[in-house]
Amino acid sequence: MAMATAHPTSRAPARWQDYVQLLKPRVMSLVVFTALTGLVCADTRLNPILAGVAILCVAVGAGASGALNMWYDADIDAKMRRTRGRPVPAGRVQGADALALGIVLSLFSVMLMGMAVNWFAAGLLAFTIGFYAVVYTMWLKRWTAQNIVIGGLAGALPPVIGWAAATGTAPLNAWLLCAIIFMWTPPHFWALSLYTSEDYAKAGVPMMPVVKGAASTRAQILIYSLILIPICLAPAATGLGGPIYLGVAALGGLVFLLLAFRLYRSRAGEAADPRNDDGLYDVRAGARDARNLFAFSILYLALLFATLLGEHLTGVAPLELLR
Amino acid sequence: MSDPFREGEDFAKARRGRNIALALGLVVFVILVFVVTVIRMGGHVFDAY
Repeated sequence: MAMATAHPTSRAPARWQDYVQLLKPRVMSLVVFTALTGLVCADTRLNPILAGVAILCVAVGAGASGALNMWYDADIDAKMRRTRGRPVPAGRVQGADALALGIVLSLFSVMLMGMAVNWFAAGLLAFTIGFYAVVYTMWLKRWTAQNIVIGGLAGALPPVIGWAAATGTAPLNAWLLCAIIFMWTPPHFWALSLYTSEDYAKAGVPMMPVVKGAASTRAQILIYSLILIPICLAPAATGLGGPIYLGVAALGGLVFLLLAFRLYRSRAGEAADPRNDDGLYDVRAGARDARNLFAFSILYLALLFATLLGEHLTGVAPLELLR
Repeated sequence: MSDPFREGEDFAKARRGRNIALALGLVVFVILVFVVTVIRMGGHVFDAY
């Protein structure tokens, strides 16, 4: 009997799909999209194969960050409903294997970026992987309620890497794309955390609703949204965005602000009052407002970057309001 | 008596899948390095011949 429990085949076999899951393909696709936008917006003629290699390196680097994150966070992932099915907490992949995959892919992506494209872009990619894996995952995430605010820099850098890959430089417009994602991250993640805060509390992750409460989080979402919209409009003034971009940013920004205001007025994230029969309904209604902003935030960011991408690929003249 | 350390069919299939994926990844990497080298050398890589 003891022999049977020590049997090496007693756990589920790791399939190659489990290793793909370690790379967080959905996050990777968003990173690829924003990096591609940065690369195209640079308006420089880069060899298309080298451009493809640059995007591949960003994708693999993002995947490496995901694997390192899943290795380190296996303990808290196991406690949350959303993440307990991931390969490491589910026992399909050993933590050491996830770590090895993350390190190997990090090295391959940075080295190939440096050799194929340029070392400035490679340096930015290495910084982004290190920032996400070490500064965010190992330090900020478990330590401060500002974790996703500061850690959001890692998710905001891919357009700068794309721009750097195309030109070897990182001008103001590249950092403007970075600023859009950076300021978008807090309202996006806090809206999600308002209806998943129980999970975060159970895992001991100091997300804003867990530490400061739902009301403070809703107020901060509104404040960040008010700062975000002017930043989203700025590319129309700096020669990066054209008239279509201005329209999308303005109209989408209005909807974003409306949803953020409705969320601010709601009771999202607050526990049901057991003395009130309608308590459960109230929480559901509040969660709906948080879900609406969460879902629209994804659409808004995708629309902004898709419009910029479309304008630069089709040659729509930028507005350059400040020139 | 069966060998307790004998690999089951599921494990063998999963391992085969992982090995094929790894092999494909390495082949793609080698091809990429070759193509990038040719492009970076500006087509002069074959001039010596």
